Amino acid sequence: MIRPIATTREATGIPTGRLAVWWVIASEIVIFGGLLGSYLMHRLGHPEWAYQSVHTNTAAGAFNTFVLLTSSLFAVLAHDAAEHKDGKKAAKYLMITCLGGLTFLCVKGAEWTHEIREGFTLTSNTFWSFYYTAAGLHGIHVIAGMIIMLFVAADAAKGKELQRVENIGIYWHFVDLVWIFLFPLLYIAK
Amino acid sequence: MSETTSTSKTYPLGLSEHGFQYVKIWGLLLGLLVVSVVGPMIGIRWLTLVTAFGIAFVKAFIVATRFMHINLERKFVTYMVAGMLAFMLVMVAGISPDVLKHEGHHWVNKAANDAVDRGEKEGAAHAGEHEGAAEKPEAPAAEHH
Repeated sequence: MIRPIATTREATGIPTGRLAVWWVIASEIVIFGGLLGSYLMHRLGHPEWAYQSVHTNTAAGAFNTFVLLTSSLFAVLAHDAAEHKDGKKAAKYLMITCLGGLTFLCVKGAEWTHEIREGFTLTSNTFWSFYYTAAGLHGIHVIAGMIIMLFVAADAAKGKELQRVENIGIYWHFVDLVWIFLFPLLYIAK
Repeated sequence: MSETTSTSKTYPLGLSEHGFQYVKIWGLLLGLLVVSVVGPMIGIRWLTLVTAFGIAFVKAFIVATRFMHINLERKFVTYMVAGMLAFMLVMVAGISPDVLKHEGHHWVNKAANDAVDRGEKEGAAHAGEHEGAAEKPEAPAAEHH
């Protein structure tokens, strides 16, 4: 069987597929880092944002942190199952991870609906511009991760391409990691 | 070569030994999450900074090392990631004087000062409305010279 180059071949000591994921993460650090760095600087320079940030829902943010940490647990359990060549179990854990992502998005959707109804929109204040941009960009990454995970899980269930379980797991943990910083910045620093 | 004695330990939910370790790490992360939520409720500034942001770094470190296994990767991966973080810091260091300071020698960032004033007035007015204050604070003045 002819295998694609970017799967298990390695020229750097790391399988090419996994190295690619690390490069994606490196570029994502610049994207999210730039955004969060800008937010932090503006937040410190604009004390009046405290009047706006007080309206974010800390309980919803904390619950979503719990959801993402739990989904990360299942992603790493999927990796562990793949290491033991148990594709079916890995697929099952990946599906639970996806469910975590879906829960996260549902909570975010409910939160945004409430905030928009209260009159806090993307254009109402620079704080809310940052809030929707950062959380929205993060949400897009959650959706992308879930879509890729479904494909990986479908293959893993057949015992195929099990190395991809680890790759998507690394990406998912990074998405979790970004949220770990977004949570205190947007929900706790009132 | 003799094999090490296998204890054939069983773990709950059919988890492997590694799987069980991951669950313990998850428990630790949840404990840290609770601290990061409860800490700022006390209302002490330094404690808020430590519990909210300090613990975020601890959680990030745990996720990166225990779940992403970056410490087990080749060293250049760590350098690659650290390099990107360094770029971010350079950007913040370069821009922050302009963003954080609204005035200096021979210059004033009038737009930023106005935004602060406007935001303070709007915020105070909004807070007053929510408290049901009979006396309505004056409308926000968006002056542009």
